Amino acid sequence: MPSLPPVSGEVTDVTCPFCGLLCDDLVVDTTGGGVAVRRNGCRIALAGFERTGAVRSTPLVAGRPVTLQLAVAEAARLVASARLPLVAGLGTDVAGVRAAARLADRCGGVVDHMNSAASVRNLLVMQDGGWIATTLSEVRNRADLLLVVSSDVGGRFPRFFERCVTPKETLFTKERRCDVVFLGSALPKESEWPGPAPELVPCDPERLHEAFSVLRTIVAGRPVAAREAGGAPVGVWRKLANRLRAARYGVATWAAADFEFPHAELTIQVLCELVKDLNRETRFSSLPLGGSEGDVTAESVLLWQTGYGTRTSFSRGRPEHDSYHFSTARLLATGGADLLLWISSFNEARIPPATAVPTIVLGRDGMALERQPAVFIPVGTPGVDHAGHLFRTDRVVALPVRRLRDSPLPSVADAIAAIEAAV
Amino acid sequence: MLLKLAAGRLYDPVQGVDGQVRDIFIRDGWVVPAPPPGERIDREYDLTGRVVMAGAIDMHTHIGGGKLNIARAMLPEDHSADPVPRTGLTRASSGHAAPGTLATGYRYAEMGYTTCFEPAVLPSNARQAHLEMGDTPIVDKGGYVMLGSDDFLLRLMAAGEAQARINDYVAWTLNATRCFAIKVVNPGGISAFKFNRRMLDLDEKHPFYGVTPRDVLRVLSRAVYELGIPHPLHVHSSNLGVPGNAKSTLGTIRASEGLPIHITHIQFHSYGTEGDRKFSSAAAPIAEAINATPNASCDVGQVLFGQTVTASGDTMAQHRNSSFASPKKFVVMDIECDAGCGVLPFQYREKHYVNALQWAIGLEIFLLVQDPWRVFLTTDHPNGAPFITYPHLIRLLMDRTFRNERLALLHPEAQAMTTLGSIQREYTLNEIAILTRAGPARLLGLPDIGHLGPGARADVTVYRDEPDRERMFSAPEYVFKDGELVVKDGKIVSLMWGRFHTVQPAFDPGIERRVAEHFQRFYTVSAEHFRIAEDEMGVFGHGAEVLVHPCRRRTS
Repeated sequence: MPSLPPVSGEVTDVTCPFCGLLCDDLVVDTTGGGVAVRRNGCRIALAGFERTGAVRSTPLVAGRPVTLQLAVAEAARLVASARLPLVAGLGTDVAGVRAAARLADRCGGVVDHMNSAASVRNLLVMQDGGWIATTLSEVRNRADLLLVVSSDVGGRFPRFFERCVTPKETLFTKERRCDVVFLGSALPKESEWPGPAPELVPCDPERLHEAFSVLRTIVAGRPVAAREAGGAPVGVWRKLANRLRAARYGVATWAAADFEFPHAELTIQVLCELVKDLNRETRFSSLPLGGSEGDVTAESVLLWQTGYGTRTSFSRGRPEHDSYHFSTARLLATGGADLLLWISSFNEARIPPATAVPTIVLGRDGMALERQPAVFIPVGTPGVDHAGHLFRTDRVVALPVRRLRDSPLPSVADAIAAIEAAV
Repeated sequence: MLLKLAAGRLYDPVQGVDGQVRDIFIRDGWVVPAPPPGERIDREYDLTGRVVMAGAIDMHTHIGGGKLNIARAMLPEDHSADPVPRTGLTRASSGHAAPGTLATGYRYAEMGYTTCFEPAVLPSNARQAHLEMGDTPIVDKGGYVMLGSDDFLLRLMAAGEAQARINDYVAWTLNATRCFAIKVVNPGGISAFKFNRRMLDLDEKHPFYGVTPRDVLRVLSRAVYELGIPHPLHVHSSNLGVPGNAKSTLGTIRASEGLPIHITHIQFHSYGTEGDRKFSSAAAPIAEAINATPNASCDVGQVLFGQTVTASGDTMAQHRNSSFASPKKFVVMDIECDAGCGVLPFQYREKHYVNALQWAIGLEIFLLVQDPWRVFLTTDHPNGAPFITYPHLIRLLMDRTFRNERLALLHPEAQAMTTLGSIQREYTLNEIAILTRAGPARLLGLPDIGHLGPGARADVTVYRDEPDRERMFSAPEYVFKDGELVVKDGKIVSLMWGRFHTVQPAFDPGIERRVAEHFQRFYTVSAEHFRIAEDEMGVFGHGAEVLVHPCRRRTS
């Protein structure tokens, strides 16, 4: 592991683990055991790093402070006696997912991630039709039109525009221009636009599929019988279609987490098919945005080891994937799972769902839980308390994150290894 | 601990042993000379009547990296149909065409393979590739890193920079990505596709940089040669899958101007345009060119029938062929000003004219290339077929009656367009040992694998000598890895994490500053974070050893 000893003082070239962009140019100050962001920190980075003040490292069993050893022993007892343990949350790094997968396999459990509801919307599209996609450096150098589809990109990924859209100098020109078009009901309020607000093409998010279908028809050169689609007259879509076709390297981006409506995967699919159609004449790509809380990391590691991503069960001695039946919410609601092992090492606000089943939490310290879990083990945060590896939103780039301070907290991987050894 | 593998019939072309009965002695993971009489043998295996070979080497198999993970994500149906259940020793995994890394390692070992090379590591995706290979148990592995469509190289070339600077950059890339060799895929073409070009022939100029694929091949093969990288430039030629592409393949074989060059999955690049369907076999002229060009070698990329998935860095070809996907889905990605990838599920069918002829073309090449040291047994896993079909392919090569029976099942017009039925040649066990052991080890420049002479790593595969060669090669009786018994009767009996093969050619440190500036100006990751640090490899490989092989620098 890139395990440079933490230095007290200013640290440059720090990689931020708190969203899927993995910006690697932060400057932080680690004087006094805290982490203060000095440069290149966005709102999310500041919230993630700067709360890392005093460390409360005491594990709890039924709310009572105990040693780590006792907490691990109790966790192991619960895991060993569970019929179907649910290993969920999975907010951790590569090493943490490797450990979680090994434990779930050994104990016949299920693995799921706290962001799966969103990532499954994209996964179903990959499984059914696929897509044409791109990565951040390609967008940074090639995109001349960015279509933001009903997503708060600036809110979820604050430096996206600064890093990928506004730079003027690219590999191919010194005067690059990338127009931004926002397709959705209204521009996100808090978005940090890189200058003037982008052009809004209004469309009800739940009717985006109509707009994309009409756009596909127009791009294919077929007649359109409808007068309107998605709440806008067809003329609007003809104009947009012409812009999309005129782009030399257009990019459509969305955050599936913002597609909170039934069968959002079908909306994403027709968008991806539109992008494929555009590639008959020009180049156009998709950029699904995610990767926060280690969701792309969890999906990637589970995929390569077992053949399936999250929402995979090992209960019958072989991996079985079902994005509906093996969701955390469903397994807890139906009583399918009888133990919850919740992992959340980046964000103390991502607490386990309310459930009556016994719960073990490997959580970032400072996590405020509504009710005391059976076991709480505070764990270190990758990129703050220990080194690790994370995957970026584009599912291509994995980066090391480093240890910034001395910390008594175990990593998720260490905590799970201890539990597994005691089972 | 001294181990004796007694009285097996050894096929070891490196030592010139062709089926003679030999004892093999193993100490601490290495093959050693026969000990003096009276020395205590700790364990003896009686291998009377058994066929003994070195552990097999797959020099071109897509086992790790982003495109495989995309294939896995796309193909739940591939996995549910082929689960790998957990045992007391091994973990649960799954997958036929795009298996999980755990299944990959188990199944390679169960087939007697002990070393595998991932031939398409994108520089920007090298961490993932090594993480995946690190999670592939038992087998040793290494990666070939892809250059030739990356904007940094194309800019150097467009600016007319000296070969020495290109050498520095190639060497820096190998160090930074912890890879073993250099691969070029559709030279310049992956980049040209980003500029909306759909074809880029060998002498066509790149739409932005003005350099041609031939230029890319020339500077990269020279860089590999001058840096003394053990394995020659590994080339996926222009125009993959295009009828008539044999012409550019013949040009590619010559493009290295006499320097070593390896043409990979050459079957996909050996097509003519004759006949009513304008698709024909050009295996004969291609094999003839290989025969006549001692600096050239090839692996076949054999097609075998059934469902698989094609995963390639060649976005241009994959996008062009996307309408042939079966089931109908595909992913194509432009990646990090570096390269790209394309994934298409594919079903090769016996009754399909083109597929049937592809099958025949691959076998024609195997049988018409005369020197078994310069042709290698691959299916370009999973592109031509999953690697688990190798035993079937070996039987096709060794058993002419079987081959002709299969030929008779093909699309009749394809049968009429191939000379396969008239080819008498049957591969011998010794030749199979060359194709799958001795040859790859030599071409990779790895002197301690691929044979079982004293000083070799004790990777040993023991087969029952069965007339059905498919059966024989499917389930070896014993497989030893580093002297440890890992497979017995086709089942895993012990586990280890295999080591990594890498090279670290020297370079002028000035290139680091230039690369760093380039990354800083144009990319979204710094060069320092792009570079894989030495201690990261330990994490990726669960502490497995990282071998750094020597490069013998030459100057032109």
